[in-house]
Amino acid sequence: MRDIVSVTGLTKQFDRLTAVEDLSFSVREGDVYGFLGQNGAGKSTTLRMLLTLIAPSAGKIHIFGEDIAVNRNKVLGKVGAVIEKPDVYKYLSAYENLQLFAKLSGCRANEKILMDQLAMVGLDARARDKVKTFSQGMKQRLGIAIALVHDPELIILDEPTNGLDPQGIADIRNLILYLSRERKKTVIVSSHLLSEIEQVATRVLIIDKGKKVIEGNASELFDPSQTIVEITTTNNERAFLLLQQSVWKEYLQPRAALSIRLKLDRKQITALHHSLVSMDIELESLQPRHSLEDYFLQVTSGNQHVDTYTGRTL
Amino acid sequence: MKPSRLIGFALSIVVASGCFSQDMTSLVMKVKAKLDQVNDYEAEGKMKTDVAFIKAPIGKVKVYFKKPNRFRLKKDGGISLLPKGGVSVNMNTLITTSDFIALAAGESVVGGVKTKMVKLLPANENNDIVLTTLYIDEANLVVRKAITTTRENGTYEMEMSYGAYIQYGLPEKVIFSFNTKDYKLPKGITLEFDDNEKPLTDAEKLKNKKGRVEITYTSYSINKGIPDTVFK
Amino acid sequence: MWTLIQVELYKIFRRPRTYIAFAAITALIGIIQFGLKLDGDTYVDFMMRDINSSITVDGKILNGYQVCYIVLQVLLVHVPLLIALVAADMVSGEANMGTLRLMLTKPISRTRFLLAKFIAAMTYTILLLIWLAVLALFLNMVIFGTDDLFLMKSSYVVLLKKDDIFWRYVWAFGFAALAMTTVASLGFLFSLFAENSIGPIVATMSVIVFFTILSTLNIPVFNSIKPFLFTTHMIGWKEFFDIRVNESNEAIIGSIQNPWRIVQSALVLLLHIICFVGASVWVFRKKDILS
Repeated sequence: MRDIVSVTGLTKQFDRLTAVEDLSFSVREGDVYGFLGQNGAGKSTTLRMLLTLIAPSAGKIHIFGEDIAVNRNKVLGKVGAVIEKPDVYKYLSAYENLQLFAKLSGCRANEKILMDQLAMVGLDARARDKVKTFSQGMKQRLGIAIALVHDPELIILDEPTNGLDPQGIADIRNLILYLSRERKKTVIVSSHLLSEIEQVATRVLIIDKGKKVIEGNASELFDPSQTIVEITTTNNERAFLLLQQSVWKEYLQPRAALSIRLKLDRKQITALHHSLVSMDIELESLQPRHSLEDYFLQVTSGNQHVDTYTGRTL
Repeated sequence: MKPSRLIGFALSIVVASGCFSQDMTSLVMKVKAKLDQVNDYEAEGKMKTDVAFIKAPIGKVKVYFKKPNRFRLKKDGGISLLPKGGVSVNMNTLITTSDFIALAAGESVVGGVKTKMVKLLPANENNDIVLTTLYIDEANLVVRKAITTTRENGTYEMEMSYGAYIQYGLPEKVIFSFNTKDYKLPKGITLEFDDNEKPLTDAEKLKNKKGRVEITYTSYSINKGIPDTVFK
Repeated sequence: MWTLIQVELYKIFRRPRTYIAFAAITALIGIIQFGLKLDGDTYVDFMMRDINSSITVDGKILNGYQVCYIVLQVLLVHVPLLIALVAADMVSGEANMGTLRLMLTKPISRTRFLLAKFIAAMTYTILLLIWLAVLALFLNMVIFGTDDLFLMKSSYVVLLKKDDIFWRYVWAFGFAALAMTTVASLGFLFSLFAENSIGPIVATMSVIVFFTILSTLNIPVFNSIKPFLFTTHMIGWKEFFDIRVNESNEAIIGSIQNPWRIVQSALVLLLHIICFVGASVWVFRKKDILS
């Protein structure tokens, strides 16, 4: 599979703040590339650099094998994007917006194509209504229709589920899967929520404070057989000691403040439970966790970050 | 000079001038008689304004006169600009009454024609005209030039040349010369930002505060009757 | 490029804000027309009070040409504010709406995008002036008729013949278009630096008001900087209404007193437009789109 996107040594410096630092990654054809990080980790800055909205301080970006600093227009003709909120012209109707951006994308879309596009995102019934009357979810769907109108090969979705209700989130998820599986598109999707990425991504990149933490295949990172089990007991100290002396010793993770964590195969959970009961450990809770989520929580501080380019707290 | 001699000198002037004045009055009266043939006229002509602060093209004018002293200059359509005073005077209005003293003041040549200079003093103290000097062409009984000093409008000069209508004493061309007042408008009114330099091609022209209005008559229509409304 | 310009014009003329300026001009001219039709004589008396001691002016002073001149004199000082309303919103408005980043992810070069926007703003400006011409010149010619035009300058008066005026208005409107385009380009430049429309609109208006005041003040200290202010050159349209005189001080029909001054002002304005638009392109090409 060829690389659709190839990023090397990407850095963006805003005055004294380094938003993205020496970031390298690649997206292969057909990937649903999950771009994961806390708010302010540098996801949007990176995606904006991919789209030439922000000029990198250092590093190279190649998309479809072209240097975007050189062949910007050629590349962007094959890219569709929704960056953050899907803002469109509120004084125009959904149809007019779509028509306008289709024109700018250089595609000669007739009414049928445009209406089909709107139907795909479920907006055909509201095609002639002004966007200012739309809900956030409808705007999001219109934004996606606009991103797709010129049938791009690469689709970049920055936090597409932000501000959506559960149904909206599910719709977007299904749409990404449809685009990937049925339409064979390469998709880059960013989120600060692991659960969203987990359900759609084939490959994952986690960044924190502008730096790459890990990049890999989702199937490995999300290996369902491996899990972290987190237990809390009436006396964690005693429980920890007992576990250290048992067969579970090799599964024990470093001591945490309020819980005990073990890394093991999901199938072993029942056995663990029996052992705890037999060791007379009074259990308060037992919670299996994904290793990736655990990892994610561990490496990304979980505190609110300051948005690196606007200075806003998200 | 002693008072008695002063009085004597003054008396001698009055007597001397009185002698001359009889003579001159008759001349003026003759001129007036000629002008009196005209009860009214309507004339067409072209007016050229040469005043430092006025920029106007040559315009067609119509001039109306009706005895005893009604005079109206109208632009033939459009807007007319006339410097205050002076122009609204013609010979017919200048010598309207017989109530004046005429004094001889020598001879002079105006436009190649020998003329008698006559100083005309209105008897009426309230008359706006203080003094008029007429340069009378005795042979044709027409006024070739008149210099008038008024109370309100300064001094102005009229120079006339005659053609086809000389038998009525109506000129073919009149040139009015007069002193112009300064003209200045605050920039706030004109809404001009930059300091407008003086507009004339010839800067010297401005130093010359004399204004001139030249009217060349092309046709007269005499004694055909003119409705009074024209003069309103 | 044509598609881009079409799209930009489409956006401008689909927005209600665009029509505020057209409505404002219509209302202002309507009020002036109404007032002058009703009480024009009083206005003329007031206008003439300063020169009545020097000149007798006879004729139909308050004709269509005169009313148009009055309107232009009053409005052309304020039209820049209306133009700022749209021009200073061209980029900042899109940044504010969030559509700028969407636009710029399309395969269009930033320079073309910006130039298309500028051309659209300029088109709007020119259309506004055409509307002004329709109302101030043609409508007034119908309402008040045409006649000679009598104008008072600060140190002299000018009388233009009826058939020597229309062409001057045509040129004057052309010049005004250049002056207003300068305003549009300034607003346009400012619109790059903000993510809301208010800032650039207020900034543009402030610069124009400030410069206009400096241009108007007749204080020796400021006189030396006047030639460098574009606002000083913006009233160059008035030069079309000054006529040259010949040796005998007779106005030469069809002449202009200071054609070079007009050319000079036009060049100064053109230079401003080039600088403002050039600076806009330069800034915009390097700008990070963070909105």
